[in-house]
Amino acid sequence: MSAPAASSPHRELGLTDAEYELICEKLGREPNGVELAMFSLLWSEHCAYKHSRKLLRRLPTEGERVVMGPGENAGAVDVGEGYAVAFKVESHNHPSAVEPFQGAATGVGGILRDVFALGARPIAILDSLRFGELDSVRSRHLLDGAVRGIGHYGNSIGVPNVGGEIYFEAPYEHNCLVNAMCVGIAKQDEMVRAAAAGVGNAVVLMGASTGRDGIGGASVLASAELGDGDDAKRPTVQIGDPFEESKVLECCLELLAKGLLVSLQDLGAAGLTSSASEMASAGGVGIEIDVAQVPLREADMEPFEIMVSESQERMLAVVEPGRVAEVIAVCEKWQTGSAQIGTVTDNGLVRVLRGGEVVGEMPVEALVDGCPLYDLAPAEPEGWIYGNEDVLAERVAAVAGPDADAADPASTLLALLSSPSVASKRWAFEQYDSIVGSRTARRPESADAAVLAIPEADTAIAVSIDGNGRRVACDPYAGTVEAVLECTQNLACAGAEPLGLTNCLNFGNPEKPAPAWQLDRAVQGLADVCEALGVPVVGGNVSLYNEGPEGPIYPTPVVGMVGELPSPELAGPSAFVREGDAIALLGPFEPSLAGSELMKLRGELDAGLAQPDIAAVAAACAAVRGAVRAGKIASAHDVSDGGLACALAEAAIGSGFGCQVDLQHLRERGCSPEEALFGEGVGGFLISGEREKLEALAGEGVAVLPLGKVGGAAVEVAAGDRSLTVPVADAERAWHSLSGRAESIAV
Amino acid sequence: MLWGVVQFPGSCDERDALHACELSGDEARLIWHEERDLGGADAVVVPGGFSYGDYLRAGAIARFSPAMEAVAEFAAAGGPVLGICNGFQVLCETGLLPGALLLNDNLRFVCRQVDLLADGLWPSQGAQSLIEPGETLSIPAKHGEGRYWAPEGMLDAIEAKGQVAFRYAAGQNPNGSARDIAGVRNEAGNVLGLMPHPEHAVDAMTGSTDGLGVFEAMAGARA
Repeated sequence: MSAPAASSPHRELGLTDAEYELICEKLGREPNGVELAMFSLLWSEHCAYKHSRKLLRRLPTEGERVVMGPGENAGAVDVGEGYAVAFKVESHNHPSAVEPFQGAATGVGGILRDVFALGARPIAILDSLRFGELDSVRSRHLLDGAVRGIGHYGNSIGVPNVGGEIYFEAPYEHNCLVNAMCVGIAKQDEMVRAAAAGVGNAVVLMGASTGRDGIGGASVLASAELGDGDDAKRPTVQIGDPFEESKVLECCLELLAKGLLVSLQDLGAAGLTSSASEMASAGGVGIEIDVAQVPLREADMEPFEIMVSESQERMLAVVEPGRVAEVIAVCEKWQTGSAQIGTVTDNGLVRVLRGGEVVGEMPVEALVDGCPLYDLAPAEPEGWIYGNEDVLAERVAAVAGPDADAADPASTLLALLSSPSVASKRWAFEQYDSIVGSRTARRPESADAAVLAIPEADTAIAVSIDGNGRRVACDPYAGTVEAVLECTQNLACAGAEPLGLTNCLNFGNPEKPAPAWQLDRAVQGLADVCEALGVPVVGGNVSLYNEGPEGPIYPTPVVGMVGELPSPELAGPSAFVREGDAIALLGPFEPSLAGSELMKLRGELDAGLAQPDIAAVAAACAAVRGAVRAGKIASAHDVSDGGLACALAEAAIGSGFGCQVDLQHLRERGCSPEEALFGEGVGGFLISGEREKLEALAGEGVAVLPLGKVGGAAVEVAAGDRSLTVPVADAERAWHSLSGRAESIAV
Repeated sequence: MLWGVVQFPGSCDERDALHACELSGDEARLIWHEERDLGGADAVVVPGGFSYGDYLRAGAIARFSPAMEAVAEFAAAGGPVLGICNGFQVLCETGLLPGALLLNDNLRFVCRQVDLLADGLWPSQGAQSLIEPGETLSIPAKHGEGRYWAPEGMLDAIEAKGQVAFRYAAGQNPNGSARDIAGVRNEAGNVLGLMPHPEHAVDAMTGSTDGLGVFEAMAGARA
């Protein structure tokens, strides 16, 4: 193995001079090319969390129902009868920005592997996507590719996609976000951890063969080593093969059910390097890998390429020597690859061999835990650091005609409903199989959270994924608290109580003061709200350096929650159900235009949000949850993007019934007619049902304001000089306008 | 009554089909794609999914599997066979059903609840047809290659012989299928294929029970 070229290959691989010196110190010599490639990946932000690990220690991770927490492939919570629900959300932002179809597809593939690596059968996918504004050709291309990619992988592998969200904001123009969440179900006694154990045990690589795809960070080294510029042109985005994954999935679940594996880990970022090192680190052992035993797609691959390849659909298992033959037989049944590529050792080293020759040898501790952790240098920026553009008149003209008055509240409502971030996402979710598996009791858009039956444990779960980057940009602390509260509210609308939370922190460059401040405040908000709600954070992922030429993305913490409800049938709809039902607003909703969709359309966004009252929102959630479970309310919908007027319109569109509403009681809380109509904030539930039953929900710390009743063919809202009447059919047309605009892209 | 549900690598809805057979009061078991023996099954489901990945053309590889050879013999002997989605594609590729399934006309996968109108000749119990022509069933469709196609002459012929089993209700054709055809049967009536998924319409909890009748009707479809 030749030494790295004379210039500073470590810098080109993203290591600082100080980090390189530390590596030399830990090895007692300079690393060779294989070792440098491996260190550069494991000491990257992606693997080492070097700018975020200290912050993440603030998060509460313990809870009575936690079966597995952070550090495993995914988190898991107890759902009774010996079963656990495993879940995790992860980002695939940069690959999706380069090649949206494969980037998003392999994002789904990766998160599925994280879940079945625990021994859990994946039962649901959710996704959270961010793009630039829809009038940008680039954004439409990314949207189309990402949606097709997510559909391609999930549909082909037979895991339903049950929910998600999509926002369109200019700061994501050059750096879209693709976060995918997977939920799985496992028998607790068949679950495995990722820690390697048992000196002398075999290390078996299963699944696809290893190629040069996805050699990203190391491509520079590849050129330097081979002296061949061609390698720089190789695609660095991985290519997904859902058929291979479906075979590997069934194969792994059969191996685990037969008790043939000691431990299991998926191969994700940094491929074999990170999987082998992290398994060894978790088990406090060493590991020896012979790259000559790795099944290859291309015969002439260098050892470092084999160690860092990010070829998809691969799993690494530790197996007792006497059971390797049985493992290989199961892999053959499923027509997927398998090879014993190494052994577990007691020397605390990651040793890489090619045939008999040692080509790399590093202490596990240095690789996995040796990377220095950095303190951020946060500084609060002055005011609003993102752009503002007034597009309200243009949007009103597009949806209500060129003669419409942009100041008319009915036109404003139509403009908000047609705003791509608020509009129905049916165009996207109809491209996903949402029902395979026969568990989906509430499909996308029929309720605020997806509801899945868990007949194994005679129970049900509700799942939701939320995050509004614009509001986090206005106030990273309050915005993050709101994301968790909104997720909790969505679960409450389905009658579910949170069991655990997973998160993906999508932020800009943490080495810059403003993104560092955003990250610091957001993590503190996440920690505080989870602590206050008693919801443990069981896993997560951090994606930093999300920036375009014009600066960082909106800070975007995405939270996914799993909640439990006694039976899937109990979950109520979000739309109105019966003509004549009373409508009420429950909870501590204090609408404000700050950070709202309306202020965005007006180009008047500014820093600052009200601080949410967590305890009051929690009390409202408990009241709604109890009422849904007891069948006391017919529908429940949380008041979110676009405010109460949009929530009313959505409940009307979903049912076909109009409503007559007076916001007088809400205005008595001190808000203007416009704030009452379009103001946003957490804590509001729009509920419908029998008047007496709704009013009986008012109690200690829970306010219920009567609003009006269901009926007619229009959404009629009395709000002083801003009163509005919009026919349900017009509202529906505006709300379903995304499909036409997204379809116009098909080139 | 024992149902056999064929399982290929890449099948997705085989457990749902098993569940549906059981809910309709029968026993059911999986038949691995390498099995040449249907194990005494009285009726067979070829389920939905992406058999062998379906990277070439939906169903094009599955038709060569040992299990499908056995299914073809079983069908030729009059055994009831129900092909759903990918199973329908496989049965068309195998030549057990007329026509072909092409990419949806908008070139996108679609997952949507649709109304199906029963058509043609259904098996009967005594004088009572198990599914009445004109009956509407609410059943979900989910596929990327579901556009039914056949030459005009063949379409005329299968319509004349009562082989069109289901059509999409007016305005609900999700994929551009010729003459709104959602499902067809063979001339003898013992082999039925349809794109929508009756196995996902067997429980009110997940949206509809209208699919149960399709399983019941096919259980009695021995030619």
